[in-house]
This record gives sequence, C-alpha cells and structure tokens, in this order.
Amino acid sequence: MSEEKKKRIAIIASKGTLDMAYPPLILATTAISMDMEAGIFFTFYGLDIINKHKFNSLKVPPLANPAMPVPMPNIIGAMPGMTAMATMMMKGWMSKANVATIPKLLDIAREGGVRLIGCQMTMDVMGVKKEDFIDGVEVAGAATFLDYAIDANVSLFV
Amino acid sequence: MAEDIKVDSALDCKGLVCPEPIVKINMAIKKLQVGQIIMMESTDKGAANDMHSWAKRTGHQLLKEEAEGNVLKFYVKKMK
Repeated sequence: MSEEKKKRIAIIASKGTLDMAYPPLILATTAISMDMEAGIFFTFYGLDIINKHKFNSLKVPPLANPAMPVPMPNIIGAMPGMTAMATMMMKGWMSKANVATIPKLLDIAREGGVRLIGCQMTMDVMGVKKEDFIDGVEVAGAATFLDYAIDANVSLFV
Repeated sequence: MAEDIKVDSALDCKGLVCPEPIVKINMAIKKLQVGQIIMMESTDKGAANDMHSWAKRTGHQLLKEEAEGNVLKFYVKKMK
C-alpha cells in the first residue's frame, strides 16, 4: 500500500474569519493522518490564517450571521465592539468543547508536512509580505496550486 | 467476544474532538511495531465512524470496539 502513489487533497482557503479558518486546517491535518498528502493555498482574506500577526486573533462577525448560536439582530451586530464580543463568545464555546485552536492546528499541519502556499498576487494586493507569515509557508501563484491540484483526489474551495 | 486482546500501548483521547483523536492515533501507531496493538479511548461521538474510515484508508486493522458509558474503546493492530 505504501508503494502506491499517495492520495491527495488540495484546498483553497479564501476566508479569514475564525469559523472559516477551521475547515481547511481540520481537513488537511486529518488527511495527513490518513496517509494522504495535503496542501492549502491561502488567498485574499485567507492569508490572515498564516499571518503571524493575525492567526492567533481571527474573528467572527455577528453581522449578517443568523447562524450564531445566540443570534444577534443586525442593527446590534453593527455596533462597535460586537465583533469582538461575538468572537469572545465563539472562542468560549470552542474552548468548552475542547476544540483545537488555530495555532495548534497550524502546528500539527506543519509538523505533518502539509504544504502551505501563500498566494503572491493577493499578498501584493493586501500588502502582505513573506516575513508576515508563520514559518514554513511558501509563496507562489495559481499555476503552482493547479500543478499540485491536478493530481489531487479531492479539491475544495473554502 | 474473546477478551484476550493483548494491548501493547494505550492512548487516552478522552475529551478531545475532531480532528485530534485521528491525528493522535496516527502519531501513536507510528511508534509501534507491525503486529502490535494499541487501545485508544475517546469520548468523541464522531470517533466511531471516523476510526473505521481511518483504519480503511491507512490499512490498520480495527480489531474491536466497545463502549463503557460515554467512553469508546478501539483496539487497533498495526499492519504495516
């Protein structure tokens, strides 16, 4: 079995909110635990997930988010401080459920060899430099992702 | 079912949720030798299905699973 070519998952992470940072990292860390290869291409707001100044403080907005466990009317969700409050509540629920944090999942991903790719073009657009990333991130463009994804068994856009 | 499974290693994943039980069992089984058996305990209700999928994909053998209260026990034999 180990002689066979490994199965592969290729994921695009395009969102930078706390809730949207989880699916790519959970799937990639699970994939490497199932003898698969995994790669994540971070683009646009998804760059925040691997930004060392931001990855520990990703937020979840209550505005236009009727799925919050405690739904908040938009007129209240739009008030200053509400995103911080919703984020605090969400982190509280996650911590109570003992869900791994984003930094912890990133550590597991890097230790397990998940390929982390920062999108060069959107880095330029958003003013993000390679030095802003956590260690272990490579920088490349769409052709690099496609070259990786064309041999993938699972491809996802998050 | 015969209660004669000889466990070489034990892994406590109680309290952990997806994806950590799968990440940890995979790390733990790498430290064993082929043929050895690891017993993993989990309180994650999703672990029952996930352990079957993990075993199927990695090729390790899920010998037995049992429940004690809300704790699920999985006995896995390292196959490669």
